[in-house]
Amino acid sequence: MLRRRIRSALARGLLWLGALAVAALLLSVAGYVCVRGLPGLSWQFLTGQESALRGTEGILPAVVNTLFVIMVSLAVVLPVGVGAAVYLTEYAGSRRLVGVIDFAAGVLSGIPSILYAMLGVLLFCDRLGLRRTLLAGSMTLAIMTLPTVLRTTRESLRAAPASYREGALGLGAGKWPMIRSVVLPASVDGVVTGCILAAGRVVGETAVLLYTAGLSTAMQDFSGLRAAARASGATLSTVLYVYAKERADFTAAFAVATVLLAVAALLNAAAAAAGRRLRRV
Amino acid sequence: MSERILLSARELDFYYGTAQALRKICLDVPQGRVTALIGPSGCGKSTFLRCMNRMNDLIPGARAEGSLTFHGREIYGRGRDVTQLRRQIGMVFQKPNLFPMSIYDNVAYGPRLHGVRRREALDETVERSLRAAAIWEEVKNRLRRPALGLSGGQQQRLCIARALAVEPEVLLLDEATSALDPISAARIEALLGELKSRYTLVLVTHNMQQAARVSDRTAFFLNGELVEAGPTDRLFSMPRDRRTEEYLTGRFG
Repeated sequence: MLRRRIRSALARGLLWLGALAVAALLLSVAGYVCVRGLPGLSWQFLTGQESALRGTEGILPAVVNTLFVIMVSLAVVLPVGVGAAVYLTEYAGSRRLVGVIDFAAGVLSGIPSILYAMLGVLLFCDRLGLRRTLLAGSMTLAIMTLPTVLRTTRESLRAAPASYREGALGLGAGKWPMIRSVVLPASVDGVVTGCILAAGRVVGETAVLLYTAGLSTAMQDFSGLRAAARASGATLSTVLYVYAKERADFTAAFAVATVLLAVAALLNAAAAAAGRRLRRV
Repeated sequence: MSERILLSARELDFYYGTAQALRKICLDVPQGRVTALIGPSGCGKSTFLRCMNRMNDLIPGARAEGSLTFHGREIYGRGRDVTQLRRQIGMVFQKPNLFPMSIYDNVAYGPRLHGVRRREALDETVERSLRAAAIWEEVKNRLRRPALGLSGGQQQRLCIARALAVEPEVLLLDEATSALDPISAARIEALLGELKSRYTLVLVTHNMQQAARVSDRTAFFLNGELVEAGPTDRLFSMPRDRRTEEYLTGRFG
């Protein structure tokens, strides 16, 4: 009896220690980054550009590049990922095929991103002639985030109530009208969550962009489609690499790190909020 | 008086995979009447109901053999347009299954699906359907509000309105009152009494009093077989089969 109680207390203590370690680690990393980064942060830093002539610093180009990469990669991965999820969940007849694809998506979501970088270099930069551009980087990231979007969409499609399907079919809806009018709207929380998670991975991804998107810290020309397709430069995560590794400018590097941390926190909060809000409807 | 037969089953077998759910069912559903399907759980009455609009198609491995006709045409015939069939044979489910949309959009769902776009036509259909389902007065001032905010009984009447909006000939009701409180259930029953002048109704129920009150004809199912069918008055007062009598007197259920 006593031994059982001791064992139980011991287990509880260990679990508590584990939880404490996680919290402490997280807070200390975030805290350290903020302490080192906040001094270097200023409105001028966020909205300015680098200029050796004028002696200014600034990460606005990286911010713009990051937004560009997020938008382009989501614009590619959303239709493909959601479309594939709808097909696999609602239409695919062969269970074996679906199983194989699910397995492949699981593996793909776990492999190191440097492999995607290689794929991007060979396929988009060289074979398709995009060279090292933000566009090539975005396409590579679209492939990398595909499993995430696929999986979250599939899960929420499966969770759409069978009663909605029956209701729609009972009124004479065909399969696609049923999916479009009741199943997809009921699954929109999964799609949005998948999007935000994908955006989070895009913001945090470094290796892929290092090899596919270029490292320029100058402002790019997005004035037209043609110009935007040729734009090549660093995003927030790669500019951090540039500052830390190539220039050893740790004040700027930590300032960028603080911005990235804030963006990541924001995206996570958005994903949680979107999940809650949409599930309530 | 000879009645027109709308739905007719002859030697209908139905299987879920290898399990046989219906055996050699022969039953006619006359037009403009209320037919009740009764029997203990698992007897096949719901399966039979769901054969009529092929809702069983959703279940992998389900298949029918024998004959089941609507207006003389095979329901399971090759090339049958199932969506068209389901427009003609509407269904109300055990639990209200409204969509997470406004009251108006729920009722307009069917007509829109079938190509009605004009605003006035939709307005008219929605109002007519809501009136027919005896819920117009309760919701007319909040048509744009979410349908899921209504009470269970109101939701079920709205489901009936939604089904009526596609102007079916037949309405199938799968234990449509069993998930409701007695007062809501009574309102639905009264509504069925009004609907029977314009529609052919087939209802599955566990509630024998309900079958006795509402229906013109009753069919008793047991273990996947049709034991006995006939005019409700006769079946309840003078059942021909001993098993029917035992079920009706509550000896099993």
